[in-house]
Amino acid sequence: MASLNNTDREKLLLELPLTGGMRQDKKPLDLEEYRLCGGYAALRKALGAMTPRAVLEEVKRAHLRGRGGAGFPAGLKWESMAPIDDPRRPRYFIVNADEMEPGTFKDRLLMEGNPHQLLEGMILGAYAVQADRGYVFLRWAYTDAARRLERAIAEAYDAGYLGSNILKSGYSLDVSIHVSAGRYMCGEQSALLNALEGKRAVPRPRILHAGELGLWGKPTIVNNVETLCNVPHIVRNGAEWFLKLGHCDDGGTKIYGVSGRVKRPGAWELPLGTTVREILEDRAGGMSDGFGFRGLIPGGASTQFVLEEHLDVKMDFSSLQAVGSRLGTGTIIVLDDRTCPVGFLLNLERFFARESCGWCTPCREGLAWTERILNALEEGAGVPGDMETLRSLTHLIGTGPGRTFCLLAPGAMMPLESGLKYFAQDFEKHVSTKQCPWGRE
Amino acid sequence: MTTIYIDNRPYDARPGTNLLHACLELGFDIPYFCWHPAMHSVGACRLCAVKRFRDAKDGRGRIVMSCTTAVEENMRISIDDPEVKDFRAGIIELLMLNHPHDCPVCDEGGECHLQDMTLMTGHVARKYRFAKRTFRNQDLGPFLNHEMNRCIHCYRCVRFYRDYAGGRDFEALASHRRVYFGRRNDGALENAFSGNLVEICPTGTFTDKTFKRHFTRTWDLQTAPSLCIHCGLGCNTMPGERYGVLRRIRNRYNGEVNGYFLCDRGRFGYEFVNHPLRIRRIVMKDGTARGRGEAGSVDAGPASAEGKAREVLSFALRPGARVMGIGSPRASLEANYALRALVGKDRFSSGMSGPEARLVAEAISILCTGPARPASLHDVALSDAVLILGEDVTNTAPRMALALRQAVRNKPMEAVRKRGIPDWNDTIARVAMQQERGPLFIAAPTGTALDELAERTCRTAPEELARLGFAVAHVLDASSPPVPDMGEEGLALARAVAAALRDAEHPLVISGVSLGSGPLLHAAANVAWALSAAGADATLSLVMPECNSLGLGLMGAEGLDKAFAAAAAEGVDTLIVLENDLYRRAEEDALKEFLQGVENVIVIDSLEGRTAGHADILLPAASWAESTGTLVNSEGRAQRFYKVFVPAGEVRESTRWLRDMLSLAGRAEGRQWETVDDISDALAGELAVFAGLPKAFLPANFREAGQKIPRQGHRASGRTAVEAERTIHEPQPPGDPDSPLAFSLEGYGGMPPPSLLTRYWFPGWNSVQALTKFQEEIGGPLRGGNPGVRLIASDRAGSARPAYFRDLPSAFGSDADEWLFVARPHIFGSEELSAFAPAVAELSPGPYVALNPDDAGGRGLAEGDEADVTLNGKTHCLPVRVDSSLPRGIAGLPVGLPSLTGVSLPARGRVLKAASEIETTQ
Repeated sequence: MASLNNTDREKLLLELPLTGGMRQDKKPLDLEEYRLCGGYAALRKALGAMTPRAVLEEVKRAHLRGRGGAGFPAGLKWESMAPIDDPRRPRYFIVNADEMEPGTFKDRLLMEGNPHQLLEGMILGAYAVQADRGYVFLRWAYTDAARRLERAIAEAYDAGYLGSNILKSGYSLDVSIHVSAGRYMCGEQSALLNALEGKRAVPRPRILHAGELGLWGKPTIVNNVETLCNVPHIVRNGAEWFLKLGHCDDGGTKIYGVSGRVKRPGAWELPLGTTVREILEDRAGGMSDGFGFRGLIPGGASTQFVLEEHLDVKMDFSSLQAVGSRLGTGTIIVLDDRTCPVGFLLNLERFFARESCGWCTPCREGLAWTERILNALEEGAGVPGDMETLRSLTHLIGTGPGRTFCLLAPGAMMPLESGLKYFAQDFEKHVSTKQCPWGRE
Repeated sequence: MTTIYIDNRPYDARPGTNLLHACLELGFDIPYFCWHPAMHSVGACRLCAVKRFRDAKDGRGRIVMSCTTAVEENMRISIDDPEVKDFRAGIIELLMLNHPHDCPVCDEGGECHLQDMTLMTGHVARKYRFAKRTFRNQDLGPFLNHEMNRCIHCYRCVRFYRDYAGGRDFEALASHRRVYFGRRNDGALENAFSGNLVEICPTGTFTDKTFKRHFTRTWDLQTAPSLCIHCGLGCNTMPGERYGVLRRIRNRYNGEVNGYFLCDRGRFGYEFVNHPLRIRRIVMKDGTARGRGEAGSVDAGPASAEGKAREVLSFALRPGARVMGIGSPRASLEANYALRALVGKDRFSSGMSGPEARLVAEAISILCTGPARPASLHDVALSDAVLILGEDVTNTAPRMALALRQAVRNKPMEAVRKRGIPDWNDTIARVAMQQERGPLFIAAPTGTALDELAERTCRTAPEELARLGFAVAHVLDASSPPVPDMGEEGLALARAVAAALRDAEHPLVISGVSLGSGPLLHAAANVAWALSAAGADATLSLVMPECNSLGLGLMGAEGLDKAFAAAAAEGVDTLIVLENDLYRRAEEDALKEFLQGVENVIVIDSLEGRTAGHADILLPAASWAESTGTLVNSEGRAQRFYKVFVPAGEVRESTRWLRDMLSLAGRAEGRQWETVDDISDALAGELAVFAGLPKAFLPANFREAGQKIPRQGHRASGRTAVEAERTIHEPQPPGDPDSPLAFSLEGYGGMPPPSLLTRYWFPGWNSVQALTKFQEEIGGPLRGGNPGVRLIASDRAGSARPAYFRDLPSAFGSDADEWLFVARPHIFGSEELSAFAPAVAELSPGPYVALNPDDAGGRGLAEGDEADVTLNGKTHCLPVRVDSSLPRGIAGLPVGLPSLTGVSLPARGRVLKAASEIETTQ
């Protein structure tokens, strides 16, 4: 960044708003550097000339969809906040930074590289819904992000971007970091709220909207890190600019990531709707030498497999659904031909079984059973009928909403259900040869 | 009513409920685990799934959990849809993956909800071939056995223990398939309602440890409707017996009284019935009669023992003998009345201490005068603003404390309902309510367990508590007497209390006799009456000390002090003491003097207390579990308890002993009173206040379809083998002239009237969950109405202005030398009979004196030091408990402990460092 002149920087930021301003040395932008990239200009604009409703409308028009995995439109979510004449105070605004989806590290990158960008987005969101109190609910392992955010928060307080009467606008917001005790479940919005209240991180009923009844029973908004990082740019450059950034119906860019046996694993900010092939081949450099492609899961562990024939699909919310998968977090995990798909799935299901909160039966017991069957298959102890049992479990737990209390278990069943379909022969081989054809590490 | 379509047929469902509730109420069987009628829906177990269809054309439908789906007009659901049946079977399969195959040795087996639900879904074969998970079990104290491997993780236990009963030392620990329900460390559960986990747990994870010590298969238990006798609330119970041993207590639902839950004293206090100190034979002082098995006693057979006893009794009751009778607040109305009939009403004493008898009489007069209604436990749970004056209900009327824990949710629940959240959606209601609590004010001399829920507490002397009450009443109604010299702080509190009570729809005032203060009762009455005068539906609860204090009080007898005075003045030849250990109620010297002046002392009791030692004839009385009778609880509700089993050997019901004595005294009643009902009817005929008594029970000759109601289940086993070592003939079942119940598995097999329910069983429902089948509405009254009849009814429509009490006590004056000693009741230990139960005794505190830290410091006393406590001229050496909740100048003594009886409180007394302590420190 240091090498860029102002015009180049402006141009770059208009194309890559989230990462364009970041330093190459992976150090965080401090307040001064962030200001140089136009930081807090959106906040000045909003607090100076826009009503909270106007900020909300701008985000709504930008079709900003949640980047945490579910893709719920941020503007609509904000609209669900109880109206300002609701007497309950404080109103809460929470950043969900409990990034624990396997293969996913986009929020970490954003928080470590540009913590102020998140803060500005958070303050803007909080202003739009007139929240009084903000928390960043942070994954326990993100210690660098914690330090950087803490410093940024202190700088923001000193500069008058946080605290009472922000920029003399009359609007006040206090923000602090809560470091999670470390469960995947805490990333589920309602379980996050329970955890923040000091309770067990079990989810709340899905019909319960946090905007109506959230933290400590007060109106609350919870947004993902990446979602909020987009907000300052939308406010600064307008919804039309944002919409044009995307290669699909939804606006903006997306941090896509690739892990697995590819030449250049990593994460890149690209227009929303970039094709899988472009990400995999142009950015990640294709498969590493000696490794063949078998499939990938496009958006963290709880998405269905995408095969070779679907590589030209756009990585956006609706296109992936059309080929039976989901965008999720947009971070790809590649399955190569020298890795056992059963072992690959065992690894995922072991994670999900361990991270089940234990509240509802299908998840607590069903994932544990799933894990044991996969483990037996890998150990050569599979029996005929195991695949049938796995299929019936995916059907029992994974079909449609309402069977489980939250979406953890259905999500866990997505890669398995598609894996059983696409790699059936590999499963059968485990049973018939009484061993893993790839051998166990 | 709302129409819903279940499998395409229309039904009327109660609106405002959830589908599971509605379907169960309609008689459908939907399996469930995490839902509980008192704790409602959370949607954790996912078993109660049904199919829901958009409309009549929707053929596909979607699976929903019935417990978290609201009943809606014209909604269409299916219970029998194949897909949803498969789903339910799948959930059971998952729940059974790790469940041990130990049903044959599990205490829950045979009345296990998990067994029932598994059968209901049709899951039969386990596909799971991996190792089952195992947990370490904890020692949770004397009441509960913990077997975590059996747990199916329905979360009911934590929801009851923490959310419903306010416990803190039990929780869900760990996560995923290792979720563990227990304490952080081994140790006795601290909450006084822990025993309910036995019935709440749908598996054998939590079972009754006292039952385990003398376990028998639950279907072999002989059971009868009974009552708890360990406090004045009259909770309904269902004790079970086999082979002459009382084995356990279960809750018996009564929608007006205890609902679904009991306290631990009530559930585990029963073992006194099996105690070695039970009197099982006639004992005569001269040694010629049968002893208690001591060396040299001649086993002359019952005939001669009874003959001898008869001889002595005839002499003692000879015409012209001056006979006095002392009744008991722990004996039935019928036993007390039979004694009263034998000795005459002027020579019948209630057996309560003088002050207690007067307080009980005062409380009755208040409740009868009105206009405030006496509060049932159900009323308590429905109240939305509460003032407690002086009573530590967790220790004196424990089940009421549990009701109050629900009551404080009523006011905030109104706001929650306005958000469109129904009561039954427990998770959402709790998210919405958070820590909001309705107004509860606790004024008492020391801290109580409910203080954590109170909006304000006030800790001061009984006089000051009464003055606060008077002040509240005066704020509410200026025509009630004002309190002079009330400080600004006190007045502000009085105004706050008055405002909260006035705002409430169902305000409740609670007081009681445990502090021994008449003005306190008057203050409570004034507050309740002032509320009523202002048009509120106010209720008043005056907590009674024992199970029949109120019933005995209604008979109008005087206390022991009057009996002692009468004996001194007129002399007594024969004294009959009925089920009463007088040492617990009278000052020792006065009592000894009284007993020494009596020629013949006849004691009828079940346990050998100190009074029994004075008996010339000791007659073994049946315990409550071996008798039939009526008790009147704190709200004035007369309820019948039935003999669970036949007393063995020479043991007989008190009413039978007394009836025989009436015969020996040549009285006609001895012949006329064939059944307990005859005694009840006679009582109802003589005293107008008991006119309603016969409505409290079905007459002994009542038959359902010409048959008696069996006390044994149809699965009771071993009828022809039970006595095989003695006789090969099948024994004749014992008769029971006193009730429509039979000591048999034969009899009426259908649904009996609610007051005669001996068990909860329904085809497919072997566990206590079968109860829903016996209720008109789930959580509402039993089919046929809740048992019992209220004898006292205040005249609400009566006088426009209540006759307020005006006997304002003067302010409490603290004294540097003498402190005021007040009673500190303990749920475990303070009640006479339950203290004999080993499990209860284990949790009973030792004697102590509780002091304010500054008071203790001023005397050089620290926690655990020995102190000499001088009260009424007697000195007791007691260890010190420093209690910062006590105000200065007030000391607490644990009343009723076996080692601290006969101390009359409140009293002024002195505390000094014990002489022995001074020596050791020097």
